[in-house]
Amino acid sequence: MKVVEKYPIGSVAVLLPLSIALYAILQHGADAFVRVTGLSQGVRLTEAVRFFVYEVPKVLLLLTLVVFVVGIVRSYFSPEGTRAMLGGKSLFSGNVLASMLGIVTPFCSCSAVPLFIGFVEAGIPLGVTFSFLIAAPMINEIAVVLLFGIFGWQTALLYVGTGLVIAITAGFVIGKLKVEGLVEDWVYQIRSNSVLMQETAPQFRDRIQSGYSAVSDIVGKVWPYLLVGIGVGAGIHGYVPENFMEGVMGKSAWWSVPVAVLIGVPLYSNAAGIIPVVQALLAKGASLGTALAFMMSVIGLSLPETIILRKVLKLPLIFIFVGVVAFGITIVGYLFNLVY
Amino acid sequence: MKVKILGSGCSKCKMLEQRVRRLDEAHQLHLEIEKVTDLEEIMQYGILMTPGLIIDGILKSYGNIPTDEQLLQWLKEKRI
Repeated sequence: MKVVEKYPIGSVAVLLPLSIALYAILQHGADAFVRVTGLSQGVRLTEAVRFFVYEVPKVLLLLTLVVFVVGIVRSYFSPEGTRAMLGGKSLFSGNVLASMLGIVTPFCSCSAVPLFIGFVEAGIPLGVTFSFLIAAPMINEIAVVLLFGIFGWQTALLYVGTGLVIAITAGFVIGKLKVEGLVEDWVYQIRSNSVLMQETAPQFRDRIQSGYSAVSDIVGKVWPYLLVGIGVGAGIHGYVPENFMEGVMGKSAWWSVPVAVLIGVPLYSNAAGIIPVVQALLAKGASLGTALAFMMSVIGLSLPETIILRKVLKLPLIFIFVGVVAFGITIVGYLFNLVY
Repeated sequence: MKVKILGSGCSKCKMLEQRVRRLDEAHQLHLEIEKVTDLEEIMQYGILMTPGLIIDGILKSYGNIPTDEQLLQWLKEKRI
């Protein structure tokens, strides 16, 4: 790491081709691994092992690369800048902008409360603030990269697009509901004496550096989830019979979408854990809409986040928030099942 | 020197507190370290992301964990 810190740009030049080369030989590597360990072809265990040995390095490589790039991109954005951009925006255009900024602005759900208060204090409409709070966790780089890596760019694009639509409309609807009275009163009383230090514009070198720290931060944190997720995925891949999910999560089961959302909302996992599971479910006959709805509700809404938000939102508003988003996800699920 | 760490309990906040305490011990800085978890007090400082680091009443950083080098520089600044 010391070398990387000292020569951030030079190390990119070395590490990038290396990871591409590695990526290119993965399939052979997995096949070779199965051969060497003497597992027999076509057996369930073999298929599970092959899945695991191939997916783990592939997803880790992709993740590292994208988190690195996103880390650099994010260094151009800050919550303060986003707040400044959103100030004075009208409801609809504010919702659109907030949702898009939600994708690129650095955000962690433990900062949801300070961010919420900061936005409200700056006079940004509640609906616009919600658009941001919905988009930021749901459309995250991990979800996008995994969808891209596993299902291709169309699915990744679809996910981003529908995520945006949900964040925009949900925020817009909440804005129209005039729920200002359902925010805890103390939020409005806060007057912060903004003592923010002036920021010196970072150099490109520093931005590369933030790419590296994003990698050690995020990849360092999610890899265990990823292993578990791919492990479960591998299990489903090898052991659950083909089309097993057809009846439960397939198109024919009309109730599958709302049920998937209901199960997904209280659950929380980051994208790294859930997507390999979704992939395996899809392979066994679950329909895309149902699987996506499940995934969105797991990543986008979570019990811990709502508990944190309870500090600033009265209970009815929590329910409105969760209800509107869950409804949006359900619609998207049905839509996908209809189209595909 | 008074150091305040603003954070309602996320992992980054805990990590920052640990780092500051470790530096305090390793370099004999005799800091007065306080962890602020009360949201209203945190918001007084106008930060949008936690953790925040306040040294002698001045906001030094927020939203990330500064490097040990940077922390040490800030913590030693006024000593001379």
